[in-house]
Amino acid sequence: MIREWLTQLGQAALVLGLAPLLSGVTRKIRARLLRRQGPSIIQPYRDLLKLIRKETVIAENASWLFRAAPYVVFGTTWVAAALVPTFATGLPLSASADLIVIVALLGTARFLLALAGLDVGTSFGGIGSSREMMFASLAEPAMLMAVFTLSLFAGSTELSSISAYMLGPHAGLSISLALALVALVIVSLGENARIPVDNPATHLELTMVHEAMILEYSGRHLAVIEAAASLKLLLYLSLIACVFIPWGTAPSTDGTVAYAIGLGAYAVKLAGLGFLLVVFETAIAKMRVFRVPEFLGVALMLGLLGTIMLFVSRISR
Amino acid sequence: MTALDGDIAHLLAGSLVLVSFLLLYQDRMFALLNFFAVHACVLAFSVGWQAYLQRAPHLFITALIALVFKGVIIPVALHRIVVRLGIHRTIETVVSIGPTMLFGMALVALSVVVMLPVTQSSGVFVREDLAFALSVVLLGFLMMVTRRNAVSQVIGFMSLENGLVLAATGARGMPLVVEISVGFSVLIAFLVVGIFLFRIRERFDTVDLQALDMARGESA
Repeated sequence: MIREWLTQLGQAALVLGLAPLLSGVTRKIRARLLRRQGPSIIQPYRDLLKLIRKETVIAENASWLFRAAPYVVFGTTWVAAALVPTFATGLPLSASADLIVIVALLGTARFLLALAGLDVGTSFGGIGSSREMMFASLAEPAMLMAVFTLSLFAGSTELSSISAYMLGPHAGLSISLALALVALVIVSLGENARIPVDNPATHLELTMVHEAMILEYSGRHLAVIEAAASLKLLLYLSLIACVFIPWGTAPSTDGTVAYAIGLGAYAVKLAGLGFLLVVFETAIAKMRVFRVPEFLGVALMLGLLGTIMLFVSRISR
Repeated sequence: MTALDGDIAHLLAGSLVLVSFLLLYQDRMFALLNFFAVHACVLAFSVGWQAYLQRAPHLFITALIALVFKGVIIPVALHRIVVRLGIHRTIETVVSIGPTMLFGMALVALSVVVMLPVTQSSGVFVREDLAFALSVVLLGFLMMVTRRNAVSQVIGFMSLENGLVLAATGARGMPLVVEISVGFSVLIAFLVVGIFLFRIRERFDTVDLQALDMARGESA
């Protein structure tokens, strides 16, 4: 029992420590693909340290909400990231926290960030928040539809069970799974402000969504928000890895060797998914903002289609 | 037949429905034509896989017809027609994609709900294929209804016919001669439509079919 809780805590620490590294690695690969040298892969850690040491400037008319929001956003995102099985499944918290809880936690974080964007009353924060909410109104149902497809397929909303089912003999090859995967990938691109939807590396006003909301933040508040953003990316990649490439993950009852294998497998999966993400981002152009709802609408549609097709596949089993 | 074989058949037939949705989503001419070629190729793979599973060599010929005619010849010919009509740069004003997609979704749900109980006594493949084939047919109709450009309507018609071939594959014992004649009738239809496209353009200076309504005095 103690050992399982230790694993859970270790996982929480692992995701927190690993998230900036993942951002650093993806930025490095992206730079290399564009034939640039790029910053070192530990640059995000340095950025975070620098931001924490710096003075925090707050607008005169900012309310308590503006100061509280970064910590709540960080807290909810961290908890959500810690709930996704990374190197070991069957963690003690996963019984009480399933996929729907994770979606809800992310929704809370998004809600607060949008409120904080509106709080100071600048026009940038306003457009950022309104765009974020417009996208969210499609991305969240799409995410839930993908979750429903997975849960119907595996007979559980709990990630550990879904992961175990995928490893089992009944999983097989299914069109519904493929559709859920594509829907999930589209949603994660949208939610993490990656390229076809938003550019994480720009402050160009026409395209900003996420960056516009957090424009007023500085110092430790910004550091916390940046950390939350990298945690979110890690969360989505871990989620995809946990459900669709479950091999190598250790059940929490296994010994140290299994844990070591699980950790190694997790690192490989994360690196592979990060690489694919960057290749996709490099190959594609940024979309017009008005095109994004259609893009996310496709994710919603795929989720729905996956659920419908699941009923057809059931007859052959 | 192992479970994996069945899964692959299911995957291919399901992909056909998916590509039908992608066709509905496209608003650029060349993208539409490319996706139509993909549609035909998926159909060819699906039929080929069924041929292998059912040990029915004549289905391989059907697959070959789909691959050669609909996967290569018709898209290439339409490509040239589109260039000659000078409409390859136009972006079609599709009646808002979102509602169309949702409507398509409802059609797929409808065909599953209708087909699965009706075909209860048949084999697994027949039921699956018929449900998916009806979806593809209905989506083809939807495409013909929502598009205004004559070329997109032709694509809608051809994708509808792909659905019919899928249905024919599932139902065992469809004679080869019927399939070949269906294939050729589609080719003839394509020729006729190709000629008509130019005639419509000559007469109305556009391939937007609303011009026809105006000529008949149906709308202002």
